[in-house]
Amino acid sequence: MNDQKATSLREPLFHLTKRASISSAVAWLIRLAAVIIGLAVSGLIAFLLIEKLRLNPKEGIAKFYRCFYEGIWTEGKPFWENRSIWKFLKDTAMLLCIALAVTPAFKMKFWNTGAEGQTLMGILGAITVAVWLVPQARNASMSVPYWTLQLLMFGAAVLASTVWALIPAIFKAVWNTNETLFTLMMNYVAMNLVNMMLFIWRPKDFTLPSMNFDKLSFQFENLKSFVNNYLVIVLAVLALTFILFIYLKYTKHGYEISVVGESVRTAQYSGISVKKVIIRTMIVSGILCGVAGFLFASGLNKTIKPDDVGGNGFTAILVSWLAKFNPFGMIVTSALITVLNLGSAEISSDFDVSSAFPNVLVGIILFFVIGCEFFINYKIVFRKRSNRVKGASIK
Amino acid sequence: MNKKIALSMRGITKRFGSVLANNNVNLDVYQGEVLAILGENGCGKTTLMNMIAGIYFPDEGKIYKEDKEVVIRSPKDAFDLKIGMIHQHFKLVDLFTAAENIVLGVEEGKKYNLKNVNNRVREIADKYGFHIDPEKKIYDMSVSEKQTVEIIKVLYRGADILILDEPTAVLTPQEIDRLFEVLRRMKEDGKSIIIITHKLHEVLAVSDRVAILRKGEHVATVDTRDATESSLTEMMVGKKVELNIDRSEPVNPAPRIEIQHLSLKNAEGIDVLKDVSFIANSGEILGIAGIAGSGQKELLEAITGLQPTSTGDIIFTNPKKDKPVSFFHKSLARVKFLAKQGAFHDEFGNEVSFNGLGAKAIRRLVNNGKVLFKEDEVMNLRHKTPLQIRQLGIHLSFVPEDRLGMGLVGSMGITDNMMLRSYRKGASGFLNRRKPKQLAESIIHELEVSTPGVNTPVRKLSGGNVQKVLVGREIAFTPKVLMAAYPVRGLDINSSYTIYHLLNKQKEKGVAVIFVGEDLDVLLALCDRILVINSGEITGIVDARRATKEEIGLMMTQTKDASKEGNS
Repeated sequence: MNDQKATSLREPLFHLTKRASISSAVAWLIRLAAVIIGLAVSGLIAFLLIEKLRLNPKEGIAKFYRCFYEGIWTEGKPFWENRSIWKFLKDTAMLLCIALAVTPAFKMKFWNTGAEGQTLMGILGAITVAVWLVPQARNASMSVPYWTLQLLMFGAAVLASTVWALIPAIFKAVWNTNETLFTLMMNYVAMNLVNMMLFIWRPKDFTLPSMNFDKLSFQFENLKSFVNNYLVIVLAVLALTFILFIYLKYTKHGYEISVVGESVRTAQYSGISVKKVIIRTMIVSGILCGVAGFLFASGLNKTIKPDDVGGNGFTAILVSWLAKFNPFGMIVTSALITVLNLGSAEISSDFDVSSAFPNVLVGIILFFVIGCEFFINYKIVFRKRSNRVKGASIK
Repeated sequence: MNKKIALSMRGITKRFGSVLANNNVNLDVYQGEVLAILGENGCGKTTLMNMIAGIYFPDEGKIYKEDKEVVIRSPKDAFDLKIGMIHQHFKLVDLFTAAENIVLGVEEGKKYNLKNVNNRVREIADKYGFHIDPEKKIYDMSVSEKQTVEIIKVLYRGADILILDEPTAVLTPQEIDRLFEVLRRMKEDGKSIIIITHKLHEVLAVSDRVAILRKGEHVATVDTRDATESSLTEMMVGKKVELNIDRSEPVNPAPRIEIQHLSLKNAEGIDVLKDVSFIANSGEILGIAGIAGSGQKELLEAITGLQPTSTGDIIFTNPKKDKPVSFFHKSLARVKFLAKQGAFHDEFGNEVSFNGLGAKAIRRLVNNGKVLFKEDEVMNLRHKTPLQIRQLGIHLSFVPEDRLGMGLVGSMGITDNMMLRSYRKGASGFLNRRKPKQLAESIIHELEVSTPGVNTPVRKLSGGNVQKVLVGREIAFTPKVLMAAYPVRGLDINSSYTIYHLLNKQKEKGVAVIFVGEDLDVLLALCDRILVINSGEITGIVDARRATKEEIGLMMTQTKDASKEGNS
């Protein structure tokens, strides 16, 4: 039989233990450290990959980190005319809006990966109404009033998004299909639906359209036009954040979502109809995606392309998860991710590198941000130098 | 004692976060003895043994095997030191035979030869008196056979120190006797056996010495022959404990719930309950005994409407006779309808039909309390969902086996858990947390729940406190029937007795209590009648005041036909 040779006398170098609890200050310190380490590592990678940076390392590195600041603030411009900061606010708000949309379903542990397609359907709904009504208003002397048009676009956006969210929800509730794959596939159906509509709407000369509609944006007096639209979006999304917080925390619906998310068995035990909650919650998600789609369609682009949502539907999942599904926490996480996006885009234009490079940088930093959650849940205990035991003796 | 020390621990300390699971434990195990590790749930018994078996690594302290210091970093290290542990939850491959499971992971450097393995397994079985067929597949085995495989697996690897974690929890009294016989033979063979348990009579029956742990500390080690049940309890709990359950005679028992020919299949289409019929009376505790997984869970879930049934009826009798009619659960139309059916009478016994009376007059009569029910309300709960049952005004309380996965929401505080059954009240879409908070505070106060606050997630509370919160809520629901599945599993002695006391109080209030238990001593001391179930069939209903443990143990393993023959 085996002897004791296999057993060494040394204690392992380190072992992991679960933390019982962690003060939120320490947790945030760990997260901050993760962001800093992420930035440092991405700087190192950039140094290795970008030739321009290596030629003049000292200045180059300084410029590299300055880009994150310049991405959101143009030097020397006042706040109300500073295009960079407003673009930052707008991007944050749009990302936040979609993150709000995925949150109720995620809290219920319904893994909706289809916010991209649901939002795109919202845009398609709103644009469809505009395509029908705006040219008619011009040609035939019949005019559609501004608010009626907005209202119709809004309604169509919400309806289209809700239908798109509802289909996988019904399949899940009735036949227990896998919602992750289902919602993901629905994204591609939505994109191709948009391609089809663009083909149907093509003008006579067969170039793909970049449609523009007048009178579709909101108006505030005395403000630059871009600030105007962006401000409306920011305020609208802030209001939604507040409403969703109340919905999740203080309503019976929110309570049911939490119970279903924690345990389906508990929900059944307490008499909650899990099917009903799944369907209702996905309707809420769909409505919020519809709002995002309407803001894209009417407030920003006034046109439609298959990639209009630009991956925000997936990034939103990260935003929601990092904030532990707390709507107010999502303001912080969506801002963080937008800073990273804008900053790394600035880097790619300043250093004249491939447009894929920003994705690399954001990926590196997020790797650390997500990875640090491990160190919040566990701690590493190293071998102690002297392992003497008090009062231990053996005859 | 001049026996040789097999294993000793010095200054063993283990922390989980801020929880001190073991604190400076010194313990010796001799060769050729049975050492019982006794302690309440959560006192660190299993943690301590897991450190010897290589599952956990101690934060401080040293382990010596036969006077030589050793470091055990993994279960493999433990095996190399001839230490084997039989865990509470078996770790076997269902599709393999006993012998295949036993040989799994053993590196012998020889060619794998199943025939030799089978023969060696038989040798070991003969030597110690096990009954086992090495070629039987695990999925065909009973719990006790699986345990045998686990023990032989450890012996096959040449272990001379065996650790058994709560080995008797899943066995019937007869199987326990057989296991103890085997343990004695192994002891005579010079092996050291450590048995983790919290059952006192078993300690007294099988062990040579008892080491008592309390809150992670090693309180004392005593020779079993010098110990009594009460002396051991006192050391375990740290103070004197009254180990009696007051059992009152049932007052006016009347059928409250009647199960008639109930059968149900599970999701895989296997019969879980077969033609089950019994009556649960008001003011009585009906115990349900049986080996784990015999259909107890499904039976309770069928009554509460959580499990769809295939055949049979669940007749609930709502005691109404000579009680005033009220509008509380009934509309005016319903009251009129019931009156036409002849359901009401007045204080002199004359029938009330409300003929020719207007709505206002009817309301006045009813509100005066002059209109009484003639008969009890009888309803069939078959095919009704939990919500429908509640909407009928029937209060069925259910304390499920899986407390945090079914009865409570682990991530929520006590207040939010109080709302689980009542949050729907009111027309508003918003939650009203005022009453649930009051209820939470009164339960914390009355049942002495130790928690930092009403909003601390219940998952963070200890097992006993979690159960108090759950039982407290179910009792606050003023039930007509209270069903509890393994309500004291994992609880310390004091909490267990609190729960017994609460159940007894409900019984005295006239509630029909159904208690699914595993400890036969407790069932015999607490219940009025005991229903024994074996693989979905009722094998007997006995009077708990007269039945013996052996009698029930026999019914737990017997089939229905055999028990009929035995009775005739």
